[in-house]
Amino acid sequence: MSSKYNVFNLLREGLQGHTGWQAQWREPKLKPAYDAVIIGGGGHGLATAYYLAKNHGMTNIAVLEKGWIGGGNSGRNTTIIRSNYLYDASAAIYNHALDLWTTLGRDLNYNIMMSHRGVLNLAHDEGEARTLKRRVEANRLNGVDSEWLDAKQVKEFCPPISIDVNMRYPVIGATLQRSGGVNRHDAVVWGLARAADSMGVDIIQQCEVTGIRTEAGEVVGLETTKGSIKTPKIASVAAGHSTMIADMVDVRLPIESHPLQALVSEPLKPLIPCVIMSNAVHVYVSQSDKGELVIGAGIDPYVSYTQRGSFDIIEHQMASLMELFPIFSRLRMMRQWGGIVDVSPDASPIISKTKVKGFYINAGWGTGGWKATPGSGHAFADLVAHDRANAIAAPFSLERFVTGDLVAEHGAAAVAH
Amino acid sequence: MFLIECPWCGERDMSEFHCGGEAHIARPDQSESMTDEEWAQFVFMRKNSKGRYAERWNHAAGCRRWFNLLRNTATDQILAVYRMGETAPSVATDEPVTPSGEAPIGSGNDAVKLMKPGEAL
Repeated sequence: MSSKYNVFNLLREGLQGHTGWQAQWREPKLKPAYDAVIIGGGGHGLATAYYLAKNHGMTNIAVLEKGWIGGGNSGRNTTIIRSNYLYDASAAIYNHALDLWTTLGRDLNYNIMMSHRGVLNLAHDEGEARTLKRRVEANRLNGVDSEWLDAKQVKEFCPPISIDVNMRYPVIGATLQRSGGVNRHDAVVWGLARAADSMGVDIIQQCEVTGIRTEAGEVVGLETTKGSIKTPKIASVAAGHSTMIADMVDVRLPIESHPLQALVSEPLKPLIPCVIMSNAVHVYVSQSDKGELVIGAGIDPYVSYTQRGSFDIIEHQMASLMELFPIFSRLRMMRQWGGIVDVSPDASPIISKTKVKGFYINAGWGTGGWKATPGSGHAFADLVAHDRANAIAAPFSLERFVTGDLVAEHGAAAVAH
Repeated sequence: MFLIECPWCGERDMSEFHCGGEAHIARPDQSESMTDEEWAQFVFMRKNSKGRYAERWNHAAGCRRWFNLLRNTATDQILAVYRMGETAPSVATDEPVTPSGEAPIGSGNDAVKLMKPGEAL
């Protein structure tokens, strides 16, 4: 790795015109064999590599990325971090991730701009208020920080919001997770890549997996656009394209890939102090450190891999934003994009072994994978290293779609699936 | 976003329709003797293909009738519209050349592609 980042080398480089910085990770050639290969160089894939190397001593591993690292959903999400999910299994993994997020910047020696600014989940009617209050209590039982605010307290916490009672869907209260917030997605990807690379992990970009070789039901290697590799373990973290990878070993997944759009506005002075999410009028918004509003909403309702969504979805989310924040009526939007999310039937992820020995899958994060990045990588690395799911990963096995032991989190997922 | 040719109402905006997911998944006849594994296949497992994909749509804000649509999920190009109970017509379309069908540089979005799929670096 290039030297550890600190104030002294920043000062030295400042005086030398920033000519001495080294590349943050190598560009290694593909080796003929690895102890494990991770498919997908996004946040979850790189976190898996990082924890495999750091916690399990597996450093002879590669991360294969079809495009460039962090160029898929890691670079397309709205970076919202929270852990206020309803069920014990979800609370365990998302809260584990939140714990890891709080120190990840220091652990990686990389500024991931983690900001615990608080996440509001709004209630617009009595029924929604009841379910959200129930979730607050469930969260507290699981040690997740969560509290209920009435409309007046919501307005105090987030002054620009409208709590006008004459709105079509007035804000009657909200849950608040103060430890929730946002961070910088590129920095997380780069920080994880730099740390994994420094421990010997090969990060191979622009290398697409084209086939997986198995013998007697066991993984023995894989074919890529840069050559073939021998490996006993393959960990697929391919998000929207998980189905394409699983098809290579005839593992069927309960996943459908949908476009999910987001957009950002022109930059404003600091205005929105927290993250605001609304299930009912359906929009979520936060303000980036550059001042842009980062706005997201629901998925497009059909299977597509085009990384672009429909105009009517944007129209709905803008209408919702206007209702909550009438002051944004003249705000212009700058950029819009779409990512392909792998939606699972119960809005919970799949972190699992499969019927093919040595083929592990981490998928189905749907619209909410970013918040789980370090927790997902941590649990998945443990599974890949020991061929056994730990207590955090166990409830998210692929087997649950046969046993019926689902982790139905559509309410807490906060994005309509 | 795309325009969909409803077999009864003609071409309408996609926002008038409801997508009902993968087509041609018949409810099993011998449901009482099925294993949990077989149920899981029927209820949850999906093809989720990139490229040619048959799916059901309902003209929810129009005639409210169901029909099938054959679409290329890599491009959103609609290949055919056909009625319930009919089998999918064979229409040629560009299938992805690699599993992802995406170029090493650029995204899955045609509008911002820097390279074409299959093009060498």
